[in-house]
Order: sequence, then C-alpha cells, then structure tokens
Amino acid sequence: MAIFSVYVVNKAGGLIYQYDNYVPRTEVEKTFSFPLDIVLKIHDEKVLVSFGQRDGIRVGHAVLSINGVDVNGKYTAEGKEIVEYLKDPSNYPVSIRFGRARLTSNEKLMLASMFHSLFAIGSQLSPEVGSSGIEMLETDVFKLHCFQTLTGIKFIVLADPRQSGVDALLRKIYEIYSDFALKNPFYSLEMPIRCELFDQNLKSALEVAEKAGTFGTGS
Amino acid sequence: MTVYNLYIFDRNGTCLHYSEWNRKKQAGISKEEEFKLMYGMLFSIRSFVSKMSPLDMKDGFVSFQTSRYKLHYYETPTGIKVVMNTDLGVPNCRDVLHQIYSTVYVECIVKNPLCELGGSLQSELFSSKLDSFIRALPFFSVRAA
Repeated sequence: MAIFSVYVVNKAGGLIYQYDNYVPRTEVEKTFSFPLDIVLKIHDEKVLVSFGQRDGIRVGHAVLSINGVDVNGKYTAEGKEIVEYLKDPSNYPVSIRFGRARLTSNEKLMLASMFHSLFAIGSQLSPEVGSSGIEMLETDVFKLHCFQTLTGIKFIVLADPRQSGVDALLRKIYEIYSDFALKNPFYSLEMPIRCELFDQNLKSALEVAEKAGTFGTGS
Repeated sequence: MTVYNLYIFDRNGTCLHYSEWNRKKQAGISKEEEFKLMYGMLFSIRSFVSKMSPLDMKDGFVSFQTSRYKLHYYETPTGIKVVMNTDLGVPNCRDVLHQIYSTVYVECIVKNPLCELGGSLQSELFSSKLDSFIRALPFFSVRAA
C-alpha cells in the first residue's frame, strides 16, 4: 500500500538520515460554540485532545489552527495561550482544526535512539540463543522493519502492514548507502547524510518498492 | 513451533505471573530484574509506537519479532498485559492471548475472592489451568511444525 518513512541510525543510536515518503492527512476542522465539549491538555508544548472523541477528532490529536490561522505550539498566532483563549466566551464561535501532531526533528532523534535501546533489550530478553534485535515490529496501522548491517548501522522502514518486499527494499537502501554515502569523499562516517545522489536513489527505490508489491501478505 | 514463556503484568508494572515452557536461554539477570526490564521495554514500545504511527491506532502494538523469536502482546482496557514469546512460525495470537485473559485470568483470579489483586498470583488452580491451556495450543509442541 504505502511506505511511510525511512530512518537510518548509526551504531551509537544517532539518527543520521530521515525521510518522510508519505504522510497521510488526518485533519478535521470544526466550528465550536461555548463551552467547548472537548477536554484539552498541554503536553510537550502542544495542546492535545485528552477526552471527548467526536466527528473524527481523536484523543491525542493536536490543535493545528484556530479560525484558519496556524497555531504556534501552545500559543495562538497572536501569542496568547490557546487554553486561555478558548476559556473566553467572547471568542466563540471558534473554528479549530485538529490533526495528528507532526514529529519535530528533535522528536525524531529521540525516537531513533529509543528504538536503538529497544533493539538491544529485545535481543537480551530473548528466550532463544543467538537472537538478533527487533527485526519487525507490528501494530494495526503500520509495520516497522529494521535491518542492522554487520557494521551496526540500522536501516528502518515504516510501511503499511500489507506492504510486501520491504526486506528487499532494506537491502537496496543499504546498497544505496554504500554506493552514494560511503563512497562520497565529503561524507564523514557516523554523521548525518547530506548527499544528493543518496536522496535521489533512495526516492526512486521507494517508488519501485511501492509499485512492486501491494497485495502480498507482508514480509 | 513452540511457546517459550508467558508474562502477565498489571497496569502498575507488577509481574502478576510468569511461566516458561521451552525456554532455551535465560536473560542472565534475576527474575525481578528481568520483569522490570521486560515491562520497561513494553512501556517504551507503547510510547514509541504511538508517537511513530502516521495514523490513529486502534489496537496499537501487536507483536515484534527478531531473528529467533516473536513476542505477542495483548493489553486490556484495564491495563492487564499478556505477553507471550513463541517461535517465528506462530501467526497472530491476539485471540489466544485474549482467551488467556478471559477464560483463565478472569475465571480463576478475578472471580476468586481470596485472590488479592495487585500482587503476584498465588492461585494453584490458575497456574494449572494456564499450563494446560498453553499445552493444548495447536502450535505448542515442537513436533507440530
């Protein structure tokens, strides 16, 4: 169906490359009258829905814009606190757009190093000898595939659960990494990958993989 | 195909029950430490997955696999977590884990007034029921594959 994103993690757990291939849009805009029938809370400098799912607005969604103007973290465009702004009846009716909060680059770095340690623990808690770390992690809406090279670099692909051929794709990405990042004289090892050819080839590999198998049982 | 071990955690991270069948390798740390490590891993995976997900999830984390084993995860709305490790050939075990919760845990622990909730489970009946339930699974025996 789709490949959502690609992460490359170095052997110390640092994120050295990230690419979002396909980000599904799940945004809902709705006009509210006072009082608001959704409970909001502030979490990680964002205003999230903590209770009251309705009309496609789900728990965990963040406030993205108010009256068509994008918000800035937990503040409105004018710099007022969103929670305070919504407490004032004179601001109603108000139109609020909700959606899943986008990951910031800091959050991506954090998630990459988090996976790095989960990978190691997965191998330590193995009931069988000689187990690798987590190779595939499955949820109901996506599957995470991870391939660790002998040198310790991890290639991680997030894909639709029905997407097949991801293992082949991971090896292809390794090949692209070896050809276009490692052979680039301006690339320093373990550092973020900023190579144009790597980008281009990765994108075309993702396109090929998306077209290739969409009806398989998944690999 | 085979089942290695099974953990049941409550919502506070206490390991309510642990049993193992064909486990070949121990973690090299005490059981208490292992339970903490396992719970910590699951807790982190849950938060990792909810942030990483491009869409809103219903069931959330279902399973992961390494080169040698597969971990199946099931969580009830009350926070009871049933975790089973099997080998790679075993398909989605969600309904099996749900049955362990509904036919073994609820029947032998929740409906037993003498069982104190929140601590390690001591019930003899529960252990034996769980053991026979797991042994009766079609993928339990190593030969079944």
